[in-house]
Amino acid sequence: MHLSQVLSYALRRLLQAVPVVLLIMVGTFLLLKMAPGDTVDALVGDMGGADAAYIEKLRAEYGLDQPVWVQLWRYMAKIVQFDFGWSFVYEKPVATILWERLGTTLLLMGSSLSLAFTIGVVLGAVAARRAYSLTDNMISTLGLVFYATPSFFLSLMMILLFSVKLGWLPVGGVKTIAAFHTGWAHVWDVALHLIMPTAALSLIYLSFYLRLMRASVLEVVELDFVRTARAKGAGEARLMVHHIMRNALLPVVTLLGLQFSTVLGGSVVVETIFALPGLGQLAYQSVIQRDMNMLMGIIFLCAIIVVIVNFLTDLLYARLDSRIALR
Amino acid sequence: MTAATTDLPRAEAPRAVTLWRRFARNRAALLGLFLFGLVVLMALTAGLVEPVDPLRRAGDPLTRPFTDWAVPLGTDQLGRDILAGLFHGARISLLVGVLATLLSIGIGVLVGALSGFFGGWVDDVLMRVTEAFQTIPNFVLLLSLVAILGSSIEYITLAIAIVSWTAPARMVRAEFMSLRHREFVDAARNLGVSNASLIFREILPNALPPVIVYASVIMALSILLESALAFLGLGDPNFASWGNMIGQGRSVLRTDWYCAAIPGIAILLTVLSFSLLGEGLNDALNPRQKKT
Repeated sequence: MHLSQVLSYALRRLLQAVPVVLLIMVGTFLLLKMAPGDTVDALVGDMGGADAAYIEKLRAEYGLDQPVWVQLWRYMAKIVQFDFGWSFVYEKPVATILWERLGTTLLLMGSSLSLAFTIGVVLGAVAARRAYSLTDNMISTLGLVFYATPSFFLSLMMILLFSVKLGWLPVGGVKTIAAFHTGWAHVWDVALHLIMPTAALSLIYLSFYLRLMRASVLEVVELDFVRTARAKGAGEARLMVHHIMRNALLPVVTLLGLQFSTVLGGSVVVETIFALPGLGQLAYQSVIQRDMNMLMGIIFLCAIIVVIVNFLTDLLYARLDSRIALR
Repeated sequence: MTAATTDLPRAEAPRAVTLWRRFARNRAALLGLFLFGLVVLMALTAGLVEPVDPLRRAGDPLTRPFTDWAVPLGTDQLGRDILAGLFHGARISLLVGVLATLLSIGIGVLVGALSGFFGGWVDDVLMRVTEAFQTIPNFVLLLSLVAILGSSIEYITLAIAIVSWTAPARMVRAEFMSLRHREFVDAARNLGVSNASLIFREILPNALPPVIVYASVIMALSILLESALAFLGLGDPNFASWGNMIGQGRSVLRTDWYCAAIPGIAILLTVLSFSLLGEGLNDALNPRQKKT
C-alpha cells in the first residue's frame, strides 16, 4: 500500500470532521450565551461598577447589541484563529494560558495511554491464550476491579501508601520547585512526579483494553489463517506475535481513538488531585472561578486534539490492516 | 425463527424463568445481583439508620471505626456518622444513577431510532451531532453544564444524561439499520402501519436487548461521574454523597484515612455489581452471542 493512498484516506476522514468541529463551535457559543453574565458584566465587575450609559456603550463596542447570528459569526471567525477571548481571572488572553498548560496534559495523556495500552494488550493476550484457566480468571477479575475503582479514590490510596506511609513519591506538582534540576536530573524528577497520576488515570482504560484484547484474540485464534500458519509449522511465539496479535489489535486501536476524549475528561480529576498544571486542572479552576471564556477555550482545544488523535489512529489503522479498502 | 414450530411437545417454561436460568448460570452475575440488592437495601433503609439528617453532628469528630457503637464506622472531622453517610449516599447514587440512565437511554433511543429508521439526511445530521458530543471530553462538558445550570441534584442528573446518551444512540441506530428492511417490518408497512408505530412497536422491541445490557454500563458510569463531581466539591451540598465523603476525607488522609477509604470501597463494590449484573444480563438476553 502506498503512503499517498493512506494519506488521502486519512485526509478524507479529516474532512468529515469539519462539520463536527463547526457544530462544536456553535455549541460552545450557545453554552456561553446560556451562562449567566457576559463579557461586559465581567468587565464592569472588574472595574467595580459603572453607570448604565457606559455599560450600553461597552456592549455596543463588544458587539453584544448585535443580533445573535452576527455574534455567532464573529465568534466563529475569531475561534478559527484560536482567539478565545480574554480571561478576566488571569488578565491574559485565553489562548496564551491554554498553550502554557497544553504540554503537561499531553505528557500525562501520552504516558497514561501508552501504559494502559501496553499492559492491557499484553495481559489480554495472556488471558486469552490461557482462556478459562486460573491465570485467566485472575487477570479478568483484576480487570473488573480496575474498572470499578474511581480514579480519585485510587489516587488518594496511592498517596496514602507511597507518599505518606513509605515516602517514596512526591504528593503533587510536576517537578520539585526549589530544586532547579537540569538535564537528566530534571527528566527523572518529572518522571517521579508523573508515576502516580499516570497510574491513576490509566487503570480504568487498562481494564477496557484488557477485556477487548482478550475477546479479540479469542476470536482471531479461531480463524482459518491461524490454522494454516500453524499447519505450515509456525512456532507458537511467531504465531502469536506475527499472525494473531497484529489482527487482534485492530479493535483495540479503534477503541484507543474513540476513548481519547474520555481520557482527556478523566485528567480533570487526576490533575486536580496531583496539582499538575495542565488543561484538566485549568478546567476545574475555571468552573470554580466562573471563567467561561477559558472553559469554552478548553472545550474547543480538547475537541481539536481529539480530532487530530483520531486522524493519527486512522493512519495507524490503515497501516495495520491492509484489507481496508482506501475508497 | 421457525425452529420453535418444529418440535412442540414439551411446553416451554415461561420466558421469565428461562431468562433467570440463563442469568443464574453465571456465578459472578449472582454475586453482582447480591451486591446490587445490598445497595438497594441500604438506600431503602437509610431513613431507619439516620432518620434526621446524615449531615448532622452525631458524635465526637474523628471517632475511629469499631470503637463507639453509637457510630459503628466512626465519624469524620465534623463528627458526621460515616455509616449514616454511607446509607444516605447509596440513596443519592442510585437515584442519580437510575434517573440519568433512563434519561440518557431515552435520548439515545430517540436519536438512534430516527437516525437508523429514516437514514438519509436525518441520519447525517443526527450522526454529526452525536460525533460532536463524542468529540468533547465528557467530564469537561459535564463541568461546563454544572457551572451553567448549577449544582442541584436535578441538574446534575440531567447533565450526566446529556454527556452519556451517545453510545446507546449509536447502538440503537445500528440495530435499526439492520432491522428496518426485514420481512416483518415490510409486512407491517404493507398493512399500512404508520412510521411511529413501526418504530416503537415493531422494531424497537427487537432492538432493545443490547441497549438493556449497556444500561448497566451507563449506570456504573453515571455513579462514577456523580461521585467525581461530588469529590471535587461540585455536587449538591444538601445531600450526603459518597464522592463528597471521599473529598472531605482527603484533608484528613494523613491521620484518619478510613474517612476516605470506607465510602471509596462502597463506590467500588457498587460499580462492580453493575459490571457483573451486565454480564449476567448479556448471558440472559443474548444467549446466541458467542461467549467471550
